Parts: sequence; C-alpha cells; structure tokens
Amino acid sequence: MNLTLRIWRQKDSNAKGQMVDYKVTDISEHMSFLEMMDVLNEQLVNSGEEPVAFDHDCREGICGMCSMYINGEAHGPDRGVTTCQLHMRMFKDGDTITIEPFRATAFPVIKDLVVDRTSFERIQQAGGYISVNTSGNTQDANAIPISKHAADEAMDAATCIGCGACVASCKNSSAMLFVGAKVSQYALLPQGQVEAADRVKNMVAQMDLEGFGNCTNTGACEVECPKGISLDNIARMNRELMKASMS
Amino acid sequence: MSGFFKSSIGRKVAMALSAFFLMFFLLQHFAINILSVFSPELFNEASHFMGTNALVQFALQPVLIFGVVFHFVMGFILEIKNKQARQVAYVKNNGAANSTWFSRNMIWSGVVILAFIVLHFIDFWFPEINTKFIKGDWSGTMAGVDGYRYYEELTHKFVSPIRVGAYVLAFVFLAMHLMHGFTSAFQSMGSTAGRKKTLQNIGKAYAIIIPLGFIFIALYHYLNH
Amino acid sequence: MALDSKVPKGPIQNKWTDYKNHINLVNPANKRHIDVIVVGTGLAGGSAAATLAELGYNVKAFAYQDSPRRAHSIAAQGGINAAKNYQGDGDSTYRLFYDTVKGGDYRSREANVYRLAEVSANIIDQCVAQGVPFARDYGGLLDNRSFGGVLVSRTFYAKGQTGQQLLLGAYSAMNRQIARGKIEMFNRHEMLDVVKVDGKARGIIARNLVTGEIERHSAHAVVVASGGYGNVYFLSTNAMGSNVTAAWKIHKKGAYFANPCYTQIHPTCIPRSGDYQSKLTLMSESLRNDGRIWVPKNMDDVIAIREGKKKPTDLSEEERDYYLERRYPAFGNLVPRDVASRAAKERCDAGYGVNATGEAVYLDFASAIERYGKEQAKIQNITNPSKEKITELGEKIVEAKYGNLFQMYEKIVDENPYKTPMMIYPATHYTMGGVWVDYNLMTTIPGCYCIGEANFSDHGANRLGASALMQGLADGYFVLPYTIGDYLANDIRTGKIPTDTKEFDEAEKAVKDRIDFFVNNNGTKSVDHFHKRLGKVMWDKVGMARNEKGLKEAMAEIKQIREEFWKDVKVPGSANEMNPELEKAGRVADFLELGELFAKDALMREESCGGHFREESVELDGEQKGEAKRNDEEFAFVAAWEYKGEPADAVLHKEQLEFKDIELKQRSYK
Repeated sequence: MNLTLRIWRQKDSNAKGQMVDYKVTDISEHMSFLEMMDVLNEQLVNSGEEPVAFDHDCREGICGMCSMYINGEAHGPDRGVTTCQLHMRMFKDGDTITIEPFRATAFPVIKDLVVDRTSFERIQQAGGYISVNTSGNTQDANAIPISKHAADEAMDAATCIGCGACVASCKNSSAMLFVGAKVSQYALLPQGQVEAADRVKNMVAQMDLEGFGNCTNTGACEVECPKGISLDNIARMNRELMKASMS
Repeated sequence: MSGFFKSSIGRKVAMALSAFFLMFFLLQHFAINILSVFSPELFNEASHFMGTNALVQFALQPVLIFGVVFHFVMGFILEIKNKQARQVAYVKNNGAANSTWFSRNMIWSGVVILAFIVLHFIDFWFPEINTKFIKGDWSGTMAGVDGYRYYEELTHKFVSPIRVGAYVLAFVFLAMHLMHGFTSAFQSMGSTAGRKKTLQNIGKAYAIIIPLGFIFIALYHYLNH
Repeated sequence: MALDSKVPKGPIQNKWTDYKNHINLVNPANKRHIDVIVVGTGLAGGSAAATLAELGYNVKAFAYQDSPRRAHSIAAQGGINAAKNYQGDGDSTYRLFYDTVKGGDYRSREANVYRLAEVSANIIDQCVAQGVPFARDYGGLLDNRSFGGVLVSRTFYAKGQTGQQLLLGAYSAMNRQIARGKIEMFNRHEMLDVVKVDGKARGIIARNLVTGEIERHSAHAVVVASGGYGNVYFLSTNAMGSNVTAAWKIHKKGAYFANPCYTQIHPTCIPRSGDYQSKLTLMSESLRNDGRIWVPKNMDDVIAIREGKKKPTDLSEEERDYYLERRYPAFGNLVPRDVASRAAKERCDAGYGVNATGEAVYLDFASAIERYGKEQAKIQNITNPSKEKITELGEKIVEAKYGNLFQMYEKIVDENPYKTPMMIYPATHYTMGGVWVDYNLMTTIPGCYCIGEANFSDHGANRLGASALMQGLADGYFVLPYTIGDYLANDIRTGKIPTDTKEFDEAEKAVKDRIDFFVNNNGTKSVDHFHKRLGKVMWDKVGMARNEKGLKEAMAEIKQIREEFWKDVKVPGSANEMNPELEKAGRVADFLELGELFAKDALMREESCGGHFREESVELDGEQKGEAKRNDEEFAFVAAWEYKGEPADAVLHKEQLEFKDIELKQRSYK
C-alpha cells in the first residue's frame, strides 16, 4: 500500500518542531509499524536527508522503548500492543498517518520522536524497591509463603514496561497508572510491607515534583496500556497514600 | 496529614469528598423540591424548616457554601495544573478511542453548572439572605400570600420560558458531570467499587434520575402556570 | 601469553568456598576510594552494579538505552533454573552441574559450572526478598516447571516474563543504590573504547548519545556486561541495539575472544515474512511440549500450500512427515534446541518449507487439542462428546497454557493458531562464545572483567533453557563481587585515576577520528545495507550447518564487505547530536570484524559440538548415522583468540578442558 506519513520533526530539545509529510510506497501489510519506519528511513538516507529518530529496541513489546503517538493514540489504533507490535494491516492504502512523540512536560522531546523519560527513573529511585541487600544472605525463598492470588495480582501490576503510554494518553499527562502499578506490586507482597508507607509517600512526592498532571479517572491509560495494567492499581495507590498519611 | 492534601492524590481525594457532600446535598434538595409537585403545603413546611432551622442555617449552610466554592476553585486549579503538564498539544488526538466525552470535559460541564449556580443564587439565595439577615424577617410569609411564601416564589420563577430553558440546559450538563463524577469519586477515594457494574448502574441512575427530576419539576410548574 | 584459568585446587564441591575463604578483601573504609565502571546494565551488569555499590565501591554504570530496565534480558520468557529441589524430585547441585555440562556438549569449564550450580539456589532467595513475583502454587509456595534436556523440575518462572521480572528486580536494587548516591547512572551512553594504563584497564571512552559528546571516565576496574553478539546475523531474536562493540573493543586492546562460533539457533521462532524484516520473534520453547512439528511428505502438496491452493489442515495424517518423531523416536518433538533446528533446516533445504520464503515448518496443536478435549470430556462426565465439543474443551486447555503466545503469534502473522498450524523456523538466539575469562571472571587484560552472556564461560557449546538468567545473576550478584575484591585489594593506595593523561588522550582521539570518518565519508550505501549483506553470509555459510568450503568463502566475503563498508558507507547527520545511524555504523563496523573471526573459529573447529555443526564431522554408521560427531581427543579445548590486526591473523590460544567429575559421553536422543 501507499501511505502519507505526517511526522513530527524536531532537531533537538531546544529547536521548534513541526509536522512534515513523507510518502512511502509498496508497504506490505505484514510489516510491523517500525519496519515501515525503517523503509522510510532507508529512503531518507538514500536521498541524503536525515532519517527520523525514534526509540526502539527489543521489537517484541517488552522493553518499553518504542513510544509513538499514532493517529491520536499511544501505540496506535490496536489494543494490547506496543508500537513495535502494531502491524500495517491496521491501515489502508492511501491513508495519511499522523505520528507524534509521546507528549508531556515531564517527557521533553530530545529529537524527532525520541522523548526523555528519565522522570520515570527518578520516581523509581524515590522508592520503587525493597531495601534488601543483594548479598544473598536472605532467608529461604519458601520461608515467606505468599497466596497465589496475591502473587498473581502483584505479577499483573509488575507487568508494566514503563513505556509511558499512560502519560501520553492521559488528557492530564498523569503518571498515576505507572506509579500505581509499582506501588501496588510491593503493597500486595509481604516483603513490601515494612517500607510501604514511606514508599508511597516518596514516590507520589517525586511524581508531583516531576510535573505530571493529576488523575481525573478518565480511564484512557488503562485502555491504551499495551500490558493492560488495571485502573484498580491507581485506586490501591490512593488507598495506600491515605493509609500512610493517617499513620 | 497537611502534606497529604498538598499532594496530587490528596487533592483528588478532597475533590471526591466535596463531590460526595454535594451529591448528598443534591439528593436532599431534590427530595424537597419534588414535594412541590405533590403538595404545596408539604413543600412549604419543609422549606420553612430548612430556611429557619438554626442547625441548617448556621452549620450546614456554611459547609455547603464552602463545599461548592472549594469544589469549583479546586477544579479550576487542577485543570490549570493539568494543562501545564502538557504544554505542546497533540496535532491529532483521538480521545474518543479510549475515554468518554463526559470524563474528558468535566471542566466544561462544571463551568455550565457554575454559571447556573450563579443564576440560582440571584434567583433564590440572595433574596433569601436579604429577607432573613438584612431585613430580619424570619416569618416565612409575604404580603398577599396565605401561609408560607416558598411555593409562590418557586412557581413564580418558572414563568419565563427563557429561564426554564436555561434551567433545563444546566441540568443536562449536570447529568453529564455526574455521569463521570459519581463513579470517579469512588475511584479517587481508593475504592474500586466504582468500577463494578452495580455501582456503575447506580451512578448512571443517579446521574439521569436526579437531573431529570429537577427538569420535570421545572417543566411541571411552567406548564401548570 | 599462556592462558591460566586460575581454577582453585581441591575437590570440585569445595573449590568456591575455599577460594572465598582465602582471597584478599578490601576493608569498608577503603572501598569508598575505589571506582568501578560497569558497562551494560542487564541482568549481569545491573546485579553487579547494585552489589558492588552496596559493598561500598563507587560505581559508574553505562547503558545505551534510556534506562537499565530496557536491557534485552527483559525479553527472556521461560524461567530461571535453580537447584532448590523444592519438588523433591532428586535435584541437587551436582545434577544441575551435570546437566549444564552435558547440555553444553562437554565444552565448558567444570569449575565455573559447578560454582554456577552452587550459587543458583541463592538467586531465588535473593529475588524473592526483592519482591520478584514468581509463580506460586495454592499453598503459597514457589511453583516450578520443567524445561528441555533435563529430568527434574527446577525452573522458576513469572508467567512468560521471567526475564522481565528478574531484570526489574536487579533494576530496583540499582535504583536503591542510585538514590543512595553509590551508583552514578549514565543512560544513553555507549562505551567506545577501554583505556589501559600500565597494562591495566583504568577507564573507558564513552559517547553521550544525546549530545554526541565524547567523555572520559576513569576507574580502578572495568566490568563489561554488554550481552551477546547474535546480531552479527542481522536477523536474530536480539534487540535491535544489541551489539558486540564493548566486548570487541576490549578484545582489540588485549582481551582474548573465546569460541565465537558457538551460537544457539533457537528452533521455535516466527519465520521471516519478507526482505524488510528487522528482527525475529521467539516463541517459547515450551510450545514443543504440546505441538507436533511437520512438513508435507509430497512436494506437490508443498507447492499447492505455497500457492494457496491447499491448506495445511487439508492434508491427512499419511500425507504429513512428522520428521522429528520419525528421526528421534525417543525424544520426538522434545529433542534439544540444536538438534531440532538442524532438522528443520534439513527439511527446508530439501525444498519442503511451507511458506513463500521456503523457510518454515508447521508446529501443529490439533492432536494436543483433541487429547486435552477428550480428557476434559471425561473429567466433566460428558458421554459421547461431539467433535466440536472436544475441540472446544481442548482449545480451552491450550489457551490456558499458551494463550499469550498464541495471541502474540496471531498479532504478528494474522492467522489463528487454534485453527491452523503455526509456522516456525529457527533463528539466532544466544551466543555461548564471548570474551575469555578466568575463574575470577577477569579477561586477559588485568582489571578488566567480563560477565553474563558477554563472556564464554558456563554454557560450553550449547546452552540449556532457563540457564542464561541464572548465569547473568550468578555472575553479578554472587561471583564478581567476591572475585573483584581480590584484585582491587591492591588498589587501595592508588588514589583517583586521572583522565588527563596521554593514555586517555590517545584513546579519545582514536574514537573521535573514527566518528569523524563516518560523518564525513561521502559514501552511497546505508549502514543497514552492509549489515544485511553480512547477515546473509553469516546465515548461509556460518549458520546452522557449516563446512570448510563455505567457511573459507565466508571469511573472504566478509573481508570484502568490510572493505566496501569503509569505502562506501553513508552516515547522515553530524557527530554532535543524537545520531542513530552513526551509532549503528560503529556497531556494524565491529560486527564486520567479529564475523570474520567467527568464521575462522568455526573453520578451525573441525568437529561438531553443540551449536556448532560441521558437515564433515558426522557419525558415519550405526544408530547415530548422520548425527553430529564430537572429537574429544583433538578439540576438548577452549579456543581463545588474540587480536593481531586483521581478524584473519588472530592467534589461537588453547585452554585444555579437563573433565574430572563428569565422564565424557556422546549425546543421544534417538
């Protein structure tokens, strides 16, 4: 199929960006979206233009690097997929596809479609861990029985790949699904209880400091999340913070 | 605890708390107003009680005022902050793909409701304050009317088709606001109940029945005039 | 220089304990005066960085992605082995050790593997304490699954995302140390050279991938944990950015590179669909537990299927060739990875491939669905169930077991694997070869260590499933933090290493010159053009089956491509900005050198072992006729290559492998 791509181009973080139109031809429906971008870039390199910079790495939907806002949705129109898992069969011959970076004040653009998501790193550093030494002198793994239900629920929360689609999709650029998932993972496990109160306070404080917006429960994040992280995690985080603040 | 209400989550909890209070108030307001359809006398009795009872007037009324003002002021503050969280807008954004129109436009439905509250204050509340606190008339009567004055005042307001139209429109927006707001408040309070079918249905029922009821009252008095 | 593996004396089960009791330690007050650089922050690098920082060293960690959480360890699906014997099925340290050595086709170093098995149990304790949500049974205890090539259930897992959860565990340990100020994290930085001072590794030159700035970083030791080099094939299951650059740079500065030809080709990947393909996706090996692999018996059917005139489901049982069950009746579809891969290649080379590219075989779940359906019907007391009912019940069970994989397949291929067989084909997955290290995990450059997939040490010529995660974490959490102390104990009086020395000047200049060359070279062809050509030569001639003629051709062709690359490569943009094409150019330049050494190593090794199959070395008669033939008399050694300029001129050093605790045997799966 033949397509028009309307892509955000921005030289660096200080430059002013703009949308630029490109044409690609003979795109196979079996291509992944990023393979289609590869075709465009090969075309640009061959014609002496600068290729479009975009983040990507594993190309199997788990590393969380890829981050495109396609036709007004994070990771494009398909559900439960990252940009690298989106396939061109979702589009039709002659379509114009608008491609923008994930946008949020806390995710400044570095170049073209590449954004800086280190705000997520700093939130994790504020408390997204259990303070246990890695020396190996811990108790036996089976000394802490954990109900299957809690383990499964913690696993569901831990599935988050940190791509930032939740922030990109949220009309308020809120990071609460991301933070809620991490808070939940540890809140659900006995190992996480000791530091639970400090963890949620510190992580929420850092989240606010980074300039993410507030959650208004539109639920857009949950729909666009490639891993289907549940909105229940935000409720749990709210609960955890209330509990922590009262004690 | 003071730190809590400065955090993003604390603020949304505060929004939810004020919302719960306002939703309860709305229910109570509706319960009294609907009496006007069935029995002017009963309506007058209830109105007089609410209008003159010290507890209502000096304890609940200030809380209500605070609740209303807090809810919209905080609403505006959060909206501004949330806007700042994305300074460059998307060229193309397909919000309909992942969320309801109601949830994305709480600020607009809220603004319409606020405008209505201003009108409502001019219509009822300011005259009430004037009568009771400036003129010092706590009798609940007026010249030319037998018994209490409240029913008369009420029906008088629903003469103008323009005012009735504005009234109806405002309640349509209130319905929209509640369509998202009712269950959203539960979620903000950390309860997942708002995501369960039962409460979603109760929320929808509330969001439709209460505003529809108010509209019905307005139209009833307009048509029976 | 003679190779000294530094394996401690004594019985194998005491070696590690004795060793730890006698090494030099650095006292806590001195640790804060010592800097360590860790390049790569996957499972091995991330866990090492966290542990070293926790011990008190100042760690500088480098990752080319925007976060340590993106490292490709995250993509490991199946699980992690540990000799916990929670199932009470007779597992032990010795058994895990034995299985790993045997699975590696007797080409790994016994002492290292034993140590790996010994610390494996501790990894699970550690990860659970960190909050890794491993699967549990209803009693709340840890659950296990079994994996190919072994007789016990020792694999711990977190759904199909074990690698992700373990990496996030190591990442959280890192975050804790970053918050404490003990790790300085350099995201979006790429190591472009190691700096040696007086023969010791004392720092690196790195490029800030956002600004393009070239930076100098000094330390008392450098740890390379940069993963494997599977992307030398262009198409592999590795991440797009996975590269050999850090490992290759230390090789060029004096670290020997061991057994580059040992590559694992994973049998169950989604086949290539066209020339635009950028990477291949792995489907978990667990699918072979229930799927049956086949191609049509008759060429007419193959052609009809390719032309779309017939569907695979149209073929009767008699018209199908279940070639693994035919050739290996004992193990059937569960033969080890290398055997399954070669068998698929054999059928496709003979022309029986079932997709347009001719490189695909079927993995069929129809009989599993029927079997499970009948079982369920019995359990639910349904008498005379209809065929539809059986299928429905069976599909439910298959969905519960493999639902996420089936869904992933459907998203990529757009076919429903419940209704029509999956298509699969082998793809490059893991590299057992890597930088040579001694028992301390130190390379032949003093002070330069190499851990995880980047080194060669534990998997021999073939890696067993669920062992990569185990090795990465063992190296990072439990081995390196001890062994590095022994070396650093001599550095407590050294003081900070200055970066304004001529060694840093020279290294930086060389890096800058190379970058300037790329951005100023007015070539005509993109980096990918050369990478794809290299990949094709590697796959065709240094792939699943190798022979002398092909390997010699490959060496000549790779050299040719390399020369063309340096003349004609085109890199748009400039050096002082984010420039992905420039990053790729540097990586492909290194692959073009490694590829030739890879072929040279494969040519030298005139035996078939594990992932390395030489067509000249097969059993000629008997039950094993046509199967791989190992040559223990001549080739029971590690091939460690010393850099001498051109890859073809590399000098071979042999580390003879001794098997004192395990008897060498031929692997048989018949």
